[in-house]
Amino acid sequence: MTPFEFIRPATLAEAVAAGAEPDSRYLAGGTNLLDLMKLGVAVPRRLIDISRLPGLDRIEAQPDGGLRIGAMVRNSDLARDPAVLRGHPAVAEALLSGASAQLRNAATVGGNLLQQTRCPYFQDPAAACNRRDPGAGCEAIGGVTRGHAVLGWTETCIATHASDFCVPLAALDARVEIAGPGGTREVGMAELHPLPDEDSAGNPAIRPGEVLTALVLPPGSDAFAGHSRYVKLRERTSFAFAVVSAAAMLDMDGGTIRAGRLALGGVAARPWRVAEAEALLAGQAPDAELFDRVAGVLTEGAHPSGQNGFKIALARRIAVRALVAAAAGTPARMPALPGSVFASEGDLTHV
Amino acid sequence: MSDVIPMPVGPAGGHVRLGSNAGQSMTRRDGIAKVTGTATYAADNRPDRLLHAVYASASIARGRVTFLDTAAAEAHPGVVMVMTPANRPPLAIHPDEKVGMFGQKIEALQDDGVRYAGQPIALVVAETLEAAAEGARLLAPRYEALPPRIDIDAQPRFEAETVGFGFPAAHAVGDLEAGLAAAARVVERDYVTPAQYHNALEPHAIVAEWQGDRLIIDTPNQAIVMMRGVFAAYFDMPEENLLLRSPYLGGGFGSKAAVWGPQLLVILAAKALGRPVKLALRRDQMFGPVSHRGATRQKLRLGLDAEGRLTALEHRAAAVGSSFENFFEPAGRASENLYATPAMAMSHEGIRIDTGTPGAMRAPGEASGSAALESVMDEAAFELGLDPLEFRLRNYAETDPATGNPFSSKALRECYAQGAARFGWAGRPLQPRQMRDAAGLLTGWGMGTAIFPAPMFQATARAVLRADGSAVVETAAADMGQGAWTSLAQIAADGLGIDVSRLEFRSGSSDLPDAGVAGGSGHTATAGSALFNAGADAVAKLAELATKDPASPLFGAGNAAVVARDGRLMLADDESRGEAYEDILARAGLDLIEGHGKGVRGEAEAQSRAMFSHGAVFAEVKVDPDLGQVRVSRLVGAFAAGRIINPKLADSQLKGGMIWGIGFALQEEAIHDPRTGRPVNADLAGYHVPVNADVPHVEAITVHEDDPFVNTLGVKGVGEIGITGTVGAIANAVWHATGVRVRRFPIHPEDLIG
Repeated sequence: MTPFEFIRPATLAEAVAAGAEPDSRYLAGGTNLLDLMKLGVAVPRRLIDISRLPGLDRIEAQPDGGLRIGAMVRNSDLARDPAVLRGHPAVAEALLSGASAQLRNAATVGGNLLQQTRCPYFQDPAAACNRRDPGAGCEAIGGVTRGHAVLGWTETCIATHASDFCVPLAALDARVEIAGPGGTREVGMAELHPLPDEDSAGNPAIRPGEVLTALVLPPGSDAFAGHSRYVKLRERTSFAFAVVSAAAMLDMDGGTIRAGRLALGGVAARPWRVAEAEALLAGQAPDAELFDRVAGVLTEGAHPSGQNGFKIALARRIAVRALVAAAAGTPARMPALPGSVFASEGDLTHV
Repeated sequence: MSDVIPMPVGPAGGHVRLGSNAGQSMTRRDGIAKVTGTATYAADNRPDRLLHAVYASASIARGRVTFLDTAAAEAHPGVVMVMTPANRPPLAIHPDEKVGMFGQKIEALQDDGVRYAGQPIALVVAETLEAAAEGARLLAPRYEALPPRIDIDAQPRFEAETVGFGFPAAHAVGDLEAGLAAAARVVERDYVTPAQYHNALEPHAIVAEWQGDRLIIDTPNQAIVMMRGVFAAYFDMPEENLLLRSPYLGGGFGSKAAVWGPQLLVILAAKALGRPVKLALRRDQMFGPVSHRGATRQKLRLGLDAEGRLTALEHRAAAVGSSFENFFEPAGRASENLYATPAMAMSHEGIRIDTGTPGAMRAPGEASGSAALESVMDEAAFELGLDPLEFRLRNYAETDPATGNPFSSKALRECYAQGAARFGWAGRPLQPRQMRDAAGLLTGWGMGTAIFPAPMFQATARAVLRADGSAVVETAAADMGQGAWTSLAQIAADGLGIDVSRLEFRSGSSDLPDAGVAGGSGHTATAGSALFNAGADAVAKLAELATKDPASPLFGAGNAAVVARDGRLMLADDESRGEAYEDILARAGLDLIEGHGKGVRGEAEAQSRAMFSHGAVFAEVKVDPDLGQVRVSRLVGAFAAGRIINPKLADSQLKGGMIWGIGFALQEEAIHDPRTGRPVNADLAGYHVPVNADVPHVEAITVHEDDPFVNTLGVKGVGEIGITGTVGAIANAVWHATGVRVRRFPIHPEDLIG
């Protein structure tokens, strides 16, 4: 492989300074970056190991009621954290539905948030890709596109975001802290994961020399804890990326929905939310017809980017499924197959 | 199965019995070495002064390489050699010639042509793996590309001359058209199966080291002595100067019963550089030069009389091969030997596309063909209003439909009965979409018949009884994970009449007697027969000594009156009279006594009997009615495969085959970009095989079957049959759950949603 310098900074300030140099990449769990390096997709000249930076591996309750999660917290630790399981169960369910136990043991929160698409054309250095090489074109268009976007795509890029974790995070209005040369800034999930437009392919909005340091679940986001689910359709029972997925959360006031949140995974360059769809839930009683209407608004404007028209119907259906599951209540224990349609709590997984 | 079953008299005499060690569920003897990491796979070898090789792969599928930046690669620190067609040292045989019975044209830098994406176009050798990889990257090839021919259905078809490794492409019995004309009903359906890649966990690898004129190669191989000969032929060297070591394989599935171009290049590099060289393929490189299962398009026509009996069976398969070689998946052959019919016709067309050449992949032909055959049988049963099992019983073949020969044994009826009982098949509704579970998931039941040939190849073995009563046996068997180290040792121990704990088993190296190929589900039968006969030969010599020795309690007993067990020779009719092997050898003043054995089937038996393993597979699937996700919730197979040498290992083999069937039915599919011909899912994240969560309940039953004709051991084989029957059973269960018949494998969620 291409030789690179390996740097292990002692402090965040050192890491930020090192990362500002050209061709630098930050290394955390490495579960995505190392694959990309082996493929020749990422060819860093400097690899800055931030996995041992002090203070980035903590999960802390905030005075305002929010939860601050360090970027180096491992996916498996976060999924088993009592505060997360209690307050944000869909986040844990989404994490546990992804990858394998071995990968979750290595992968970090920050790495998950900044992971790259699994578009096969992005992962093939011989293929043209605007995301890899702005202006090169998109070879996915007209190729094998079964897994590609049906919402929010442009001719510039039709890739989808691969994360399960990010789907409930988006629904919960999570924010991230980013440290950089000019200090620390905070951005929301939608801002972190821009959609492609006519000029840009929608890479994560983080600049050279910036380190994602923390994820913040905002105060009040645990109001949905009693009715939170993540449902994921995949081509085998475990260890597969989502064909489509959905996170649904309801804040229930007796038999009435006080507020609802809903996000789709596997359909766009970021978890897909539509405020108008969620607004339909407020003040209503859970009801299959209502949920179908909400899912309809959520998927409005969807159109195939190739051989993937089937995903539109599936996206709508999985949104309904997640809402129904959420309405039935968060299960007392994590299902044996988290996020699976084959979860053991049958009455929660079916209309 | 009882502990001791008297065996027919074998070539070496009747002294030894099978059953003291064979038949036991012995734990694999290499298990601890494997789980502790001390088992040495090919790429684990690190001889002194080792160099590392990486090959550059073509990123076009058709055309030629016009430029390689060899200067940049050579300038990279650590790179010691860049091998291209311009400087590749000569081979004694051109790579486009075929060597041996499994030989194919291979790619070893013979010219600048590119005939598929992933083809090796240069080899870089360096002091470190990292330097070799960077050197290969720096080559930055340029091409003159032609549009690749990838779309299978857009390519012309032609009548194939042969299928598989030279099998006849067509076979007919009776008058097909007359049979169809006489039918009360004709069921005609088309099925599609995709390209699949073996994806053994262990990638192809080699470490090559020359010691003067001697060549030592560590490389995983399924046919160790045969492939030693092939390697030697490419280098025009005496076979005895080449040592091929392959003690463990991390899976082979057919793709390691061959010699591939990259291996030859590494051997050339090692010679040119005078240092050992190692190459291990990357996962994505497993989707190019090392074979795969070719895609098929199959048409089946069944003629049926009013009672649901076949009047005709036609199986016409179009099999996809490469542009330059003639291996075509013999899918139609799956229909030749299973159901009784007065008229049958099997035939194959070929289709050429710009990918690597397909080859043997676990149940080659049978897997794809059975998927289609068992699907159409299910469709016919439904049209007839018959239970699928009843329909198969009405078409039960009492003799081989292809030849009219009797079966050497066939306990398929018992497989149907035991499998159905265990599964709980009775009461299955004929109509689809009738069953839901408590969670509301659509539930369906399907079944399929399994069949696989029980071939034998040729093997030899040596057995040596030592003065202390222990023994050593030798044959170059291949343990691909199936358990040859264990089951063959059990057979050998029975041949010698000793406990397996007293047996040293030398295997996996080409300086040992030829054990034949670990393939075709014939390794246990073939190598096992050789080992058994070698042991029996040694024991016969021992008996000769004892019965002629006045000091022996067996003196004058006559050779045939003696039996061997637990390291003793005894009178057959009075086992209290006998003595230990070591006593016989000590009195004779011998350090050892040596026996030799062959494993080969007599031509007369092979011609007069049809020899097959059979089985019945029953599947239950759950399908999400809205989202179409499928899970095989239960899989029960009942198999009759002659004598089972090690029930635990056979159970694993049968279950492994059935799990492969889940992958075939629902997951496995290599997809190539139609414009570039490059695979888009050449990794295990994109090319799915089943994971543990996909196999919540898999059960394999072995049905007792005595077969006095297949071989002395009564062994058929269990390596591949588990795939057959299973794919169809799952597809049929999916239909039964949903009412949707999917005729294109693998079945995807979107196929099942309205």
